Amino acid sequence: MSRSFSKIQGYTFSGLTLLASLVIVAMLGVIVWNIFINGYGTLSWGFFTRAPEQGMTAGGIFPAIFGTVALVILMTIAVVPLGVLTAVYLHEYAKPDSVIARLVRAAVGNLAGVPSIVFGLFGLGFFVHFVGGGIDKLFYPGEVAWGQPAIIWAALTLAVLTLPVVIVSTEEALRAVPNEYREASYALGGSKWLTIRKIVLPHSVPGILTGAILAVGRGAGEVAPIMFTGAAYFLPYLPSKLNDQFMELGYHIFVMSTQSPDVEKTKPILYGTVLVLLILTFILNLLAILIRSKIRTAQRRAR
Amino acid sequence: MKNRTTVFQKAEKQELSLRYKRRGRVKEWFIEKFILLNATLAIVAIILIFVFVGKEALPVFTSPEVQKEANLGEFFLPQKYSPDSSPNIIWQPVSQRPKYSVIPLIIGTLKATIVAMLFAIPLAVAAAIFTSEFAPNRLKEIIKPVIELLAGIPSVVLGFFALIVMASFLQSVFDFTFRLNAINAGIALGLAVIPIIYTVSEDSLNAVPKQYREASLALGATRWQTAIKVALPAALPGIFAGIVLGFGRAVGETMIVLMASGNAAIVSWNFGESIRTLSATIAAELGEVVFGSPHYHALFFLGALLFVVTFIINFSGALYVEKLKAKLTGAKR
Repeated sequence: MSRSFSKIQGYTFSGLTLLASLVIVAMLGVIVWNIFINGYGTLSWGFFTRAPEQGMTAGGIFPAIFGTVALVILMTIAVVPLGVLTAVYLHEYAKPDSVIARLVRAAVGNLAGVPSIVFGLFGLGFFVHFVGGGIDKLFYPGEVAWGQPAIIWAALTLAVLTLPVVIVSTEEALRAVPNEYREASYALGGSKWLTIRKIVLPHSVPGILTGAILAVGRGAGEVAPIMFTGAAYFLPYLPSKLNDQFMELGYHIFVMSTQSPDVEKTKPILYGTVLVLLILTFILNLLAILIRSKIRTAQRRAR
Repeated sequence: MKNRTTVFQKAEKQELSLRYKRRGRVKEWFIEKFILLNATLAIVAIILIFVFVGKEALPVFTSPEVQKEANLGEFFLPQKYSPDSSPNIIWQPVSQRPKYSVIPLIIGTLKATIVAMLFAIPLAVAAAIFTSEFAPNRLKEIIKPVIELLAGIPSVVLGFFALIVMASFLQSVFDFTFRLNAINAGIALGLAVIPIIYTVSEDSLNAVPKQYREASLALGATRWQTAIKVALPAALPGIFAGIVLGFGRAVGETMIVLMASGNAAIVSWNFGESIRTLSATIAAELGEVVFGSPHYHALFFLGALLFVVTFIINFSGALYVEKLKAKLTGAKR
């Protein structure tokens, strides 16, 4: 009697947890399905190659795609070397419980939790006004060349935001390099830096790549940090210099869905843009998940 | 003869290697210091964020010019906005008499966060229990990546979905007066928080030593009894940490609430009414504000407030995870 009761209890309990998992999966499914169904009709060659027309109710999103790509390329150039070297320090040089290593780890953890809008304020206060304004004072007296929102400031703000992502995945990759490799290199007379450069880093390339991909996925989707540091509602030209403003997919979505004079007319373009951004981030994240699961299997084998 | 050459060669070699070593050592030293310098960048970034957000917020405390309009009293205490009215709390920086009470914004932030947590915690924790305790491997292989994908959805897309699709659906089901409200924003926010709580909870459930479960099963407990009486209590601090981290994310998230909440700074505990959060206020108003005006500095004050609050939340969450790890690895030995 009590046995069968506990059995029922068991089924109910595990059934409820299964249900919760299914609800989460279903919600993701509904979101993706809704965006796909309403968005795929808009996707066409012209949509990818033309600029917005007639108050964003027609035309395409080429400037936004161009801006997003330029933005994440600049961001990647800034964040990957810095993130990789930080991870190298944490895993290869620092003693695990040295004060600096612990401080760096704490800072990385906290950096990951700073709200994205605060990054926007920081980018405006530090990069745009302090650094950009400083450059203007020194080299362009009386002019505003760099002390204004620009793609380089937005990219650097995003680089600070994505730094923890790169550090964490690179460190995981470094951890997966078997110690025997390092010892073999030392035994052959290799110095520490030579070992890192020729042995450890080449073996961590997939992990570093994962970090970079995740960072790009994150950076491509963030809007709050670039609102005040460089993104523009609409620009008749593409950014060609580092201190130009730019259009961006996420910001374009925000602008179209909240500031459009006629939401119904904008909807097809809006859905198309959301679909493009969603596909972009999904592909990036899937790539990262795949590479990472490969690394983890390799890691398990190495043990 | 043979002997001489070897001695010569040896000496030569020694000298060479010494020279290389010395040069190598200097180079290695520089490289190590350079990498160390680089690693401090994360610390520098945190400090710079604090300094530069704080710097722009500071005039609220120091500049008499700014304080005429925006000061701590204005922020946190009810004010008499006209001589014959009773004290009130209103956020309305652009008006004849600018009103800077942050209380409506804090209430709005709390309302959205509460809904998000009520929505996300049960789902995320239950899903974590399912994947770590009950799920067959094949199902696990599906659920985990799906939730990772959910984490990868840009918040502006979640905001868009809540604004265009979910708001109308919820309004038709619950008959809200306002289409965009705390429930709508909170649920969308919950979707962003679920992956965080799920990942940390699942990790800490997995960190529970296998022996605990084996001992429980050996004593005749069923799997769900083991899950709820052994694994869950052992992982509880970790799950709690995940909830704390999710809470930090919910408080600071911007785009979702900016798009889905209606952005009306109303003082009420009715969850069917529109809200305006701290983060959304900064995002919505900073674009139009005059550089250096009291309003500008007030917005940075909101940012500093957000930064400090999330810093404390995240720090305590991370500390909890550390402690849990130490405890569990200690128990293993």
